[in-house]
Amino acid sequence: MTRIRFQRSLDDLKEKLLVMAGLAEQAIQRAIEAYRVRDLSICDLVNRSEVAINRMEREIDQAALDLLAMEQPMAIDLRFILAVIKINSDLERVGDAAKSISNRVRTMESMAQAELPVDIPRMASLAANMVRKSLQAFIDGDAEIAQSVLSMDDAVDAMNRAAHRTMTEVMANDSHLAPQALNALMVCRSLERVADHATNIAEDVIFWVKGADVRHKASIEAAAKTAAKLQQ
Amino acid sequence: MGVGIEVTNLNAWYGTNHTLQDIQLHIPANHATALIGPSGCGKSTFVRCLNRMHETNPIARVTGSVRIGDIDIYQDASPVEIRRRVGMVFQRPNPFPTMSIYDNVASGLKLNGYSNKKHLDEIVERSLRNSALWDEVKDDLKKKSGASLSGGQQQRMCIARALAVDPEVLLMDEPASALDPVSTSKIEDLIFELKSQYTIVIVTHNMQQAARVAEKTGFFLNGRMVEFDSTHKIFTNPSDKRTEDYITGRFG
Repeated sequence: MTRIRFQRSLDDLKEKLLVMAGLAEQAIQRAIEAYRVRDLSICDLVNRSEVAINRMEREIDQAALDLLAMEQPMAIDLRFILAVIKINSDLERVGDAAKSISNRVRTMESMAQAELPVDIPRMASLAANMVRKSLQAFIDGDAEIAQSVLSMDDAVDAMNRAAHRTMTEVMANDSHLAPQALNALMVCRSLERVADHATNIAEDVIFWVKGADVRHKASIEAAAKTAAKLQQ
Repeated sequence: MGVGIEVTNLNAWYGTNHTLQDIQLHIPANHATALIGPSGCGKSTFVRCLNRMHETNPIARVTGSVRIGDIDIYQDASPVEIRRRVGMVFQRPNPFPTMSIYDNVASGLKLNGYSNKKHLDEIVERSLRNSALWDEVKDDLKKKSGASLSGGQQQRMCIARALAVDPEVLLMDEPASALDPVSTSKIEDLIFELKSQYTIVIVTHNMQQAARVAEKTGFFLNGRMVEFDSTHKIFTNPSDKRTEDYITGRFG
């Protein structure tokens, strides 16, 4: 075994990203909890963790940049560092989504409570589960777990579309509920983004472990089929 | 124009040491192909088998076939003919110290019996232009000795000397390992330019260099070709664990 120092730096980088992941995962869980119980003190915690997440993002990018410049990594090491840089950015955006949800909770404070036909807790639980699983895949370097995350994204997308439909109906039929419906829609949108970031993280894990780029696979294949048909 | 190289069942020995074992390889024409691997893995022996230099060592032996274009170099041609068709550049520049720059470049041609001065002038100029050295030496061609040039210039002069005999293949055995970064980058730019006209095989310990200049890369280990693939594949996602361990610096 050679390059012991480099290996140690890679381990440090992974550890830093896991700290970042812990912060982002905690932020989204807190934001969901704040929404559920309408507790502004939890929103404050979310806001505070966003500062820490932003600081970590810069620190991780710098560490990754140093390794790229100083160690000229190759193959699986290069893929790992690229994956870390991209996952880092996705985690920062998960933090942004958490803050966005906590901002919605603050807005809700001035509104009357309303029972809306949208299952935000279920959607939140699904999105948070995707984040957890994608990070588990990263910790274990497990492409199979990562693959399972990809198939979960469709369910969240479908829930977001359904929420869009039902909230539009609420706004059309009950205009006094429009602020609450709009707020719920924005929360759904944030959760859908969280699920997208979890998907990105899972794709980056697959790239790191297997060297396979699985991003946009379905749309690229569909475009190729269409092009082939047009050529016939 | 360059030609492809087809290597079949190539084995080589130094005395009883079996240094190359069952090498099968297709080197595409007009491409740069890099050979990487730890010291003593057989990559330099391999390139020396491509121009029959290996057999200049009295205890060396080769079996198998190497076809360059449509010629089997061990069956159909003499070593002298092969070395005209297959030029070689070594790790350290090897100018003829007492000769002028002009004579260094023209030496191979003169050895082959060229004496037409006008023709020689044209070839020397073309070769020095092709090796990106002309502008730096055109005023001192016959005044300065080849040894008076800088290391990087000497190496480009040696490349010009190899090009002057109009080869189809250019073998480069760590051509930039003794040069500073600027000279190295000039050699790499040159390789990039030359591969449209010649088939280039480069042995290098510098993996970034292989990644920069070559379309194909082969990894040698213990006298065997472990993996041969597109450079992109080798350096981003190699198929063989031994290749990955080597290029990530886990051994070697």
